[in-house]
Amino acid sequence: MNREQLSRTLQQHGAVMVLGTLVIVGSLAFDSFATPANAASVVVSSSFLAIIAIGMTFVIISGGIDLSVGSLFVLGGVLAAYGSQYGMLVALLLPLAVCGVVGLLQGLVIARTGMAPFIVTLAGLLGVRGLMLAISDEGATTYLVKDRAFAALGQGEILGLSYPVYITAVLALAAMVLLQRTGFGQNVYAIGGNEQAAALMGVPVARTKVYVYVMSALLAGLAGALNAARLSSGVTILGIGLELDAIAAVVIGGTLLTGGAGGITGSVAGVLLLGVIQSLINQVGNLTSAFQQVVSGLFLALVVVAQRLLSKAQRLT
Amino acid sequence: MRRTELEAVLEARGVSKRFPGVLALDGVSLALRPGEVHALVGENGAGKSTLIKVFTGVYQPDGGELRYQGGPAAFGTPLEAQRAGISTIYQEVNLVPMMSVARNLLLGREPRGRLGVIDAAAMYGEAERVLSGYGVDTDVRRPLRTLGVGAQQMVALARAVSVDARVVIMDEPTSSLEPREVETLFGVIRRLRDSGIAVMYVSHRLDELYRVCDQVTVLRDGRLAHTGPLAELERLRLISLMLGRDQNEVRTEGLTSFSREHAEGDERGSGNGAPVVEARGLTRRHVLDGVDVSVKPGEVVGLGGLLGAGRTETAKAIVGALPLDGGQVLVAGAPLRAGSTSAAIRAGVSLLPEDRKAEGIIPTLSVRENIALAALPSMGRAGVVSEAKIDRIVEIFMRRLRIKAASPHQLVSELSGGNQQKVLLARWLAVRPKVLLLDEPTRGIDVGAKAEVQALIDELAREGLGVLLISSDLEELVEGADRILVLREGAVVGELSGDEVTEERIMATIAEQSDGRADA
Repeated sequence: MNREQLSRTLQQHGAVMVLGTLVIVGSLAFDSFATPANAASVVVSSSFLAIIAIGMTFVIISGGIDLSVGSLFVLGGVLAAYGSQYGMLVALLLPLAVCGVVGLLQGLVIARTGMAPFIVTLAGLLGVRGLMLAISDEGATTYLVKDRAFAALGQGEILGLSYPVYITAVLALAAMVLLQRTGFGQNVYAIGGNEQAAALMGVPVARTKVYVYVMSALLAGLAGALNAARLSSGVTILGIGLELDAIAAVVIGGTLLTGGAGGITGSVAGVLLLGVIQSLINQVGNLTSAFQQVVSGLFLALVVVAQRLLSKAQRLT
Repeated sequence: MRRTELEAVLEARGVSKRFPGVLALDGVSLALRPGEVHALVGENGAGKSTLIKVFTGVYQPDGGELRYQGGPAAFGTPLEAQRAGISTIYQEVNLVPMMSVARNLLLGREPRGRLGVIDAAAMYGEAERVLSGYGVDTDVRRPLRTLGVGAQQMVALARAVSVDARVVIMDEPTSSLEPREVETLFGVIRRLRDSGIAVMYVSHRLDELYRVCDQVTVLRDGRLAHTGPLAELERLRLISLMLGRDQNEVRTEGLTSFSREHAEGDERGSGNGAPVVEARGLTRRHVLDGVDVSVKPGEVVGLGGLLGAGRTETAKAIVGALPLDGGQVLVAGAPLRAGSTSAAIRAGVSLLPEDRKAEGIIPTLSVRENIALAALPSMGRAGVVSEAKIDRIVEIFMRRLRIKAASPHQLVSELSGGNQQKVLLARWLAVRPKVLLLDEPTRGIDVGAKAEVQALIDELAREGLGVLLISSDLEELVEGADRILVLREGAVVGELSGDEVTEERIMATIAEQSDGRADA
């Protein structure tokens, strides 16, 4: 393997490799780390962030950013809990419909006016959180999940893992096929890599961007709904800073923040990596969970520096 | 028998295009026929790129008619033109650098397998098959950016042709290619021609034009200067058409404001003494090839040559604004730190750049601030600059250069082009340079301001300033410079001084073929 291939492999699969290494080291260092219960807890608690990160991966590869997903996650949860009084179907469709509309609006504004995604989705972040507070009486009303079937969607288990884990896995696989093996996926890469060239190559730039933001919002809403099902209520104080966790996971997973390169596998690995770091710090008894953020932050910085070096190494060949 | 009997596939009939203050194209007609390679040449501002943009749907013509495949045509966007079969290969490759070669080649036309999902194996096979016909033998799974520029260009070309192009427009395709890659490109161009595709070839490399092109169209100042078979056009005649020095034209010599004794030179002692700036062997791949330039105090050295010959690049290299592969710059005998414009300015070498808007004025600042900008570091004491001192210097220069502004506090963007140029001159004079490099100092400014700037250059040289003058205006060059270096393809191919400094000699030097033989 020459240097160019090596650096490319590292860029694409570095997160998976680090994740594997960390799991092995953790297992050797702490007896209580490599237990089925701990593994299940890491995987289950990561699944919601993973669903959001899948959508974020599309957005970032297309050269954009979506800051509204944390707010949409909470809104999705509150709407699902509220809707559950009318049955499972409403509990699922209500958050998807509302979040989908928010994503559509954001996507249209970004694609049609050329405004910066950062600003548009920052407005989304603030507006959606306000909307959530409005329907929950400033957060005073917590809707409880009334529908048992819907609650089971978040709480039911197969082989010791709850349903959201399987749902996440199916979504991740579908997203991989979508990104790698369809025209839409290629268009997302092309726009993020060189928007002007993509337009000249016949890529429907505006439409693709709208789809990407709709997808991201739908996935955030779905993650919120599943989380509400798991908690049996629409908790209003969640999701603050979640968009940043999702961005961090995607970048740690090897997707370039400037767009044009990256993948779903990396993002899922990035999410798990954040979960494993948290779990490991919990194992070191006398450290508070605040250290998890310090370590995650350092790790993110390292990844960004490494990516810079790797892409330089590729250019030199 | 002649190709000219075929009907044109793409044709401009009396096309005009106006921009605020400029008539970029003035009734230009050009017919591109199937199976011909058509050279489009002209100097800066001739209207080449505007014409290309009209052909490719970037601009809509204001007047005249665009015809394509026998009928009137109007392309609203580049994509529309491309879908109709007009592909453009730009200098900067317009592909997605991080995507793989195969995906770039086949984006939008990927082979599909079951369920409409892209068949990766078939895609890679197809890409390899297509590219082998273009001399690109590489792993098509690699990101495009890991390929050389030549190979990237071939991918762009292959993509253009495989989407059923009837017309391929190439804008300076060889500017960053290796000689071997140029040969491959020419092979491909000939193949395209033989298969009935019309190729428009834009380049300043005359040797290449004569090797690969059948027809030529020369534009000058937005007008058609000549169109016809290239083989019937002598090299020297082609250059005089491009530079606007038609033998039949009325001579206008003597209209510049340079004093006559200036051209003779020795009265103010130019040609004596040690060079104040000396560049040795300036080299940068594809751009400069061992350029030597020296300027003595009080001397005006002109750089001649066609667009793309390396004149601007030489000036930029001297002030450290162009990364070099080799060579060094000496100021008063001491080597200058490479790649540092601030070191150059401190040593007394300043550049008045060609592109006033992009590299010169800062439109949101006032006249005063624009003038004082470069001199600030040298005016202050411990980093604190005296306002009164700035006012004094600004006032001196505004008066001396006759800058017409309501007050020193007027925004520089509100001034006319000529006055903006004077503000820039003032900025560099305020740092008290030993040598001033002037890149097209009078382009795009009105006649009166032009005369004033020329007179000022003269005056500055008489006071002992060394000047390196770049100008596409041959008359300005001949009358303004004591000595002229002629550049071609990044190398100095001739030095003219004394009686040799004439427009005819400059053109003849440019026209000499690379093997040194004049072809007149």
